[in-house]
Amino acid sequence: MSNHTHATHLAHHFADEEQQRESAKMGMWVFLLTEILLFGGLFVFYAIYRSWHPDMFYNAHLQLDVVMGTINTVVLITSSITIALAIRSMQVDEQKKAVIFLIITVLLAATFMVIKYFEYSHKFELGQLPGKFYTFKGIQGSNPHIFFSVYFAMTGLHGLHVLIGMGVILWVIRRAARGEFSSEYYTPVEMTGLYWHLVDLIWIFLFPLLYLIG
Amino acid sequence: MNTIPEKHFLNEEKGLKSWLLTLDHKRIGVMYLYAIMFFFLIGGLLAVVLRLELTSPGTDFIEAETYNQFFTLHGAIMIFLFIIPSIPAALGNLILPLMLGAKDVAFPRLNLASWYIYVLGSLFAIFAIVSGGVDTGWTFYTPYSTESAGSVVSMTMGVFILGFSSIFTGINFIVTIHKMRAPGLTWFKMPLFVWGLYATAIIQVLATPVLGITVLLLILERVLGIGIFDPAMGGDPVLYQHFFWFYSHPAVYIMILPGMGIISELISTFSHKKIFGYKAIAFSSLGIAFLSFLVWGHHMFTSGQSELAAMIFSFLTFFVGIPSGIKVFNWLATMYKGQISFEAPMLYTLSFLFLFTIGGLTGIFLGALSVDVHLHDTYFVVAHFHYVMMGGTVMAFLGGLHYWWPKIWGRMYSEKWAKIAAALIFVGFNMTFFTQFILGTKGMPRRYYNYLDQYQPLHAFSSFGSWILGAGFVVMAVYLIHGMLKGKPAGNNPWGALSFEWTTSSPPPTHNFEETPELKHGPYDYDKVLAETTI
Repeated sequence: MSNHTHATHLAHHFADEEQQRESAKMGMWVFLLTEILLFGGLFVFYAIYRSWHPDMFYNAHLQLDVVMGTINTVVLITSSITIALAIRSMQVDEQKKAVIFLIITVLLAATFMVIKYFEYSHKFELGQLPGKFYTFKGIQGSNPHIFFSVYFAMTGLHGLHVLIGMGVILWVIRRAARGEFSSEYYTPVEMTGLYWHLVDLIWIFLFPLLYLIG
Repeated sequence: MNTIPEKHFLNEEKGLKSWLLTLDHKRIGVMYLYAIMFFFLIGGLLAVVLRLELTSPGTDFIEAETYNQFFTLHGAIMIFLFIIPSIPAALGNLILPLMLGAKDVAFPRLNLASWYIYVLGSLFAIFAIVSGGVDTGWTFYTPYSTESAGSVVSMTMGVFILGFSSIFTGINFIVTIHKMRAPGLTWFKMPLFVWGLYATAIIQVLATPVLGITVLLLILERVLGIGIFDPAMGGDPVLYQHFFWFYSHPAVYIMILPGMGIISELISTFSHKKIFGYKAIAFSSLGIAFLSFLVWGHHMFTSGQSELAAMIFSFLTFFVGIPSGIKVFNWLATMYKGQISFEAPMLYTLSFLFLFTIGGLTGIFLGALSVDVHLHDTYFVVAHFHYVMMGGTVMAFLGGLHYWWPKIWGRMYSEKWAKIAAALIFVGFNMTFFTQFILGTKGMPRRYYNYLDQYQPLHAFSSFGSWILGAGFVVMAVYLIHGMLKGKPAGNNPWGALSFEWTTSSPPPTHNFEETPELKHGPYDYDKVLAETTI
């Protein structure tokens, strides 16, 4: 598999490399569109209940830890930069550098999840849980459990995407370490990058909507 | 004398493994065909049992609880396991790359994955059936679906998984149509079935994720009690209906648009005449896809949405009649002064034209606010839905199935028996469902187990029709299977059609074409081709 000729990566049903690459890119963009619509339902969930209970949402959001949220935002944005650098390294045939950047990306993703774990366990201890499991007393306004339903649904689905992204990046690292990619062929790295940017982008919307309600 | 090629996609590799691990779009299409026909049989048998129970009032064969489970399963199986994948995933997979002159779809592995995801989703649905059943109706409306004792979680999880299968097919088809066309096959030279699949794929990709998040929230509501749809916790059950229909209204166009694509092929082929208004038909598919996202509220006229919203939704609903009408009139204009021949696919096409037009027009009745308040949740809605979905999509599917059957297996079915079956199905269908329009206007509510004596004669007539309908399908199963195994060799082009799939052998070789086909004429240039052959 260390052979970098055209024939190695060209599937039988494509006419040439360009057709194959363009197809993969387009397929990935359409897939990202479906991801946005998947999260779209949760954004509607958020918008409706915030418009019904604006004061409760304000009071409940004060329970979230803005410092941890901010650190996590910085962590994710940095990981987007490192995966972009990994793709850049592939383009100029610096495979070793690319692997290092990918490893940094996956470590940053893990950092995000660890911080999220501490945030979640703190909420669990206080009883700031979704729906019928909500036992916390100390938030003014009607139906504060709904805020935590929204919070856990949105950050939970996002966290799941981070975990899946980590798995995919690890798979790409393995293939890159075996020397399967080069400036001729690095489509899987690029596609993973696109996915990772979307995961990052969704967080960039979640962070102000949940942590920074004014 | 027609012969069957020695080597083709069905026999080039042998053994179960060569099927289960295949990346060939035709084999995946065949596997989808087997799967959906199996569920069509189950869904159909459930329907016959439901009609049998309704032949007379009171308890006859099954208990009320069983009845509730059966109509739920009939709906859920027919929608999620049969109609949605029927044309795109089965016929589309088989034919789309052939029509484009391509060797395969853009992502063959994703294609196979979508089949396995479909099977996984169907296993969840089957598990729901054996572990207590579901009695909520296929719409899973809250708050009942969060309280009902049945296996709602397993069933909706199945729907969630099936959604991904549909999304992956959609992504694959969009990219295939954009990137895999043979040299010279420009957008406006593509067969109209491809346009239908393209519009369908757009809806599959844009609407299905919303269904995914909807059933996910329903599962979270049921398992964790998150309160989003529960009025006792400050939630809103009508919000569920909004979410659900934001997908499920476009979903009915996922079901009908590829059917309309098939009809465009068949009308032109069997009228032996160039399609009338090619671009109008192509763009009206996209128009329907666009409008499909703006009309979901017409399912909720009586659910307490605001009057203003109801008026806007009603108004927009009427708009759907325009692109649908454009299609019907263009099809009629294609037939005008054509040399129409009445082989089985054309009989289903004509059935489609009659039944879909009735289904479409009654949709306008239901889209009118004051009329809908009267007809909402009656048999009128049931009849309308079956005229569009069965009279429309299923007739188109059957037409396409008969049309491409010789291409898939290389053998013809019995034309005589095909005509008999088509007649039985047309008559049986109208007896079953036209009666239900009348029942609906007389106030018979849908989903009821029992009814007043005054409805009995019409119910009995409808049940009688369902047996004729069922008999038609039994006949069809026999001659189609016989044709597939023992029929006369069909040759490359039994119908004299002009699109790419008829230029290769039947069944096609694994790589579809001996060499990449070259576009000599458009898919409907019967005038040109006929002129050339007579010179």
